[in-house]
Amino acid sequence: MKEYNINHLRELEAESIFVIREVAAQFENPVMLFSGGKDSIIMFHLARKAFAPAKVPFPMMHIDTGHNFAETIEFRDMLMEKTGTRIIVRYVQDSIDQGKVAEETGFNASRNKLQTITLLDGIEDLKVDCAMGGGRRDEEKARAKERFFSHRDEFGQWDPKNQRPELWNLFNGKKHMGEHFRVFPISNWTEMDVWQYIYLENIEIPNLYFSHEREVFQRDGTLLAKSDCIPMRPGEKTEKRIVRFRTIGDATCTGAVESEAHSLEEIIEEVAATRTTERGTRADDRRSEAAMEDRKKEGYF
Amino acid sequence: MSEKSAGYLDMELLRFTTAGSVDDGKSTLIGRLLYDSKAIFEDQMEAIEISSKKRGDEEVDLALLTDGLRAEREQGITIDVAYRYFATPKRKFIIADTPGHIQYTRNMVTGASTANAALILVDARNGVIEQTLRHSYIANLLQIPHIIVCINKMDLVDFSQETYERIKADYQKMVVDKLNIKDVCFIPISAKLGDNVVDASTKMDWYSGTPLLDLLENIKIVDDRNHGDSRLPVQYVIRPQSDEFHDYRGYAGRVASGVFHPGDKVRILPSGIETTIEAIDSFTGEQEVAFTPQSVTLRLSDNIDISRGDMIVDANNVPNVSQEFEAMLCWMNERAMMPRGKYTIKHTTNETRCMIRDVKFKVNVDTLDEVADDKVVALNDIACVSFKAAKPLFFDSYKKNRLTGSFILIDEGTNETVAAGMIL
Ligand SMILES: Nc1nc2c(ncn2[C@@H]2O[C@H](COP(=O)(O)OP(=O)(O)O)[C@@H](O)[C@H]2O)c(=O)[nH]1
Ligand SMILES: [Mg+2]
Repeated sequence: MKEYNINHLRELEAESIFVIREVAAQFENPVMLFSGGKDSIIMFHLARKAFAPAKVPFPMMHIDTGHNFAETIEFRDMLMEKTGTRIIVRYVQDSIDQGKVAEETGFNASRNKLQTITLLDGIEDLKVDCAMGGGRRDEEKARAKERFFSHRDEFGQWDPKNQRPELWNLFNGKKHMGEHFRVFPISNWTEMDVWQYIYLENIEIPNLYFSHEREVFQRDGTLLAKSDCIPMRPGEKTEKRIVRFRTIGDATCTGAVESEAHSLEEIIEEVAATRTTERGTRADDRRSEAAMEDRKKEGYF
Repeated sequence: MSEKSAGYLDMELLRFTTAGSVDDGKSTLIGRLLYDSKAIFEDQMEAIEISSKKRGDEEVDLALLTDGLRAEREQGITIDVAYRYFATPKRKFIIADTPGHIQYTRNMVTGASTANAALILVDARNGVIEQTLRHSYIANLLQIPHIIVCINKMDLVDFSQETYERIKADYQKMVVDKLNIKDVCFIPISAKLGDNVVDASTKMDWYSGTPLLDLLENIKIVDDRNHGDSRLPVQYVIRPQSDEFHDYRGYAGRVASGVFHPGDKVRILPSGIETTIEAIDSFTGEQEVAFTPQSVTLRLSDNIDISRGDMIVDANNVPNVSQEFEAMLCWMNERAMMPRGKYTIKHTTNETRCMIRDVKFKVNVDTLDEVADDKVVALNDIACVSFKAAKPLFFDSYKKNRLTGSFILIDEGTNETVAAGMIL
């Protein structure tokens, strides 16, 4: 008999497509969070696959910290236009202007934490009942326990001790008024899987992921890009280095790595050889050992 | 770009779960697998070195790699299912690390539901205990195809062959024979020191088998899938409503079992109408075949009214269609089952209400005896229950088909998932 077998990427793909279709079937007003990073790019790619030849039946949503790499925003707009997809952008700056959040001050100020408020506000205003995110369980310890369908109470909070059991491929998206879900279609992907899939499917990604020359400076063991939104401390000096980014979140806390990887093949080889996790380049997780768990309970991505 | 062009794109996925009592070494074993297969990064290692030191441990505690949540770190126990990932050139692995506490049986059931293999840990000093029986029973109930009994902490029994053989014989007698388990194998290991985990032990020359990782890399998983009974639960109907695809109707879903080809005669449930498959669509064009576990979109030759919850099946091989059925139920909620209570049942992509008719018997998971007169089904209980659903369901027995034979019950008041069921 013929062997009906598929490789690990095709199996992950099938699982993610199943989850995304479940969202479209079970929720009335879902959105897919889109940051312009590689995880949200592949999630969007999977959504297009899930509904082809129809368009993706829900909008994307970007929580814009204002601290972006210009390349990310250009890429986002290009991709949305090319695919005819609607994107809702909510600005952290608006939450600050409305006095809902106070901007952090000091040299390590970051808007990463403030995003939570803007996100929860957006969810409430737009009556979103499900927000899909590109979180992966391999990223961080607290994420390792996250369900595909993650229930949030009316305050948007996550209760890690009281999660619904999730069995087989039966996803329970039932909720009361005012509650919502976070759904993570690519939960089971690792950083390596994501890169392999981008290669396999020939998916376009922002140039920031590839090696390029950039002005950077050292802070607490992290290489940060020179940017208008990061005040430099006395004594800190920028210099030109050949770098690339492994994640592209908020520019104030996303570290660059020195790299000569110019192609996807080279990136895959580099990822295979790398000895630190990709979140190791993110200053926000290094604030304390339980940093991610605390932010997730409050309603972070 | 061809999928064969790069070797690492040709890996298979294996999901496994771990079971054992508290302190049998589950977390340490997983930490060891990750560490020795180089899936642990420097910053993760640094973080657990610091934590170990803070707690005053002399050695780095590999269990800290998987014991993620703060409460666990503080109490030193695992309280929920954690998923871990690692890969070798042959396979990508997904581990469901499930806790061993008695009150957390539901987590083991959760982890077991999608597993291809189960690692059952036995502490070599204690041998086969009640918990071992319970965990093996659950693994078997959930029909995990491969069971690997890891006899751990061999370093604490001087790597004694005699101890290993005695435990193996006990397991055979007390568990395998009783439960009728098909595929079981045994490995003597030391999770803490790494013997027979990734590398073969130098202290147990008497053991002729392969180390654990080798075994995990080579278990044959394709054969475990049901490629015989073609079933596609309709998940979503795709209607582009664009000029280009004016009359397009695609039935999207994940193939639960079996194989579909264009031209195949299929029957639609519940309507019973027969038609043929016109095409199998994907993003990049039509495909010649669809099989489990692929997510696909089927187009049919006739225009039939089909919606989510319907099932497309082989016209000559249909599942049971009935409102009444019996199932083994694992209760997962603090609030006990209501006798003759009504719940929402989620089965494949179908959903309806159902009523509990009767508790036929409960299983004493410590002795595996059937208890007929106890009708109270509470947290972590396993019982045989008969149901009546508000409309017909299309199902196979769980033994034949894990995806069309499983369901969950949802409490209509709290919306919580309260039970997992396996149809008999
Ligand atoms: N000597 C020895 N100790 C072990 C071994 N495996 C685990 N342990 C210890 O047993 C204790 C419990 O291990 P842990 O992995 O947390 O068990 P879990 O509750 O099953 O996850 C820890 O102190 C481990 O260091 C082993 O093979 N040999
Ligand atoms: Mg543990």
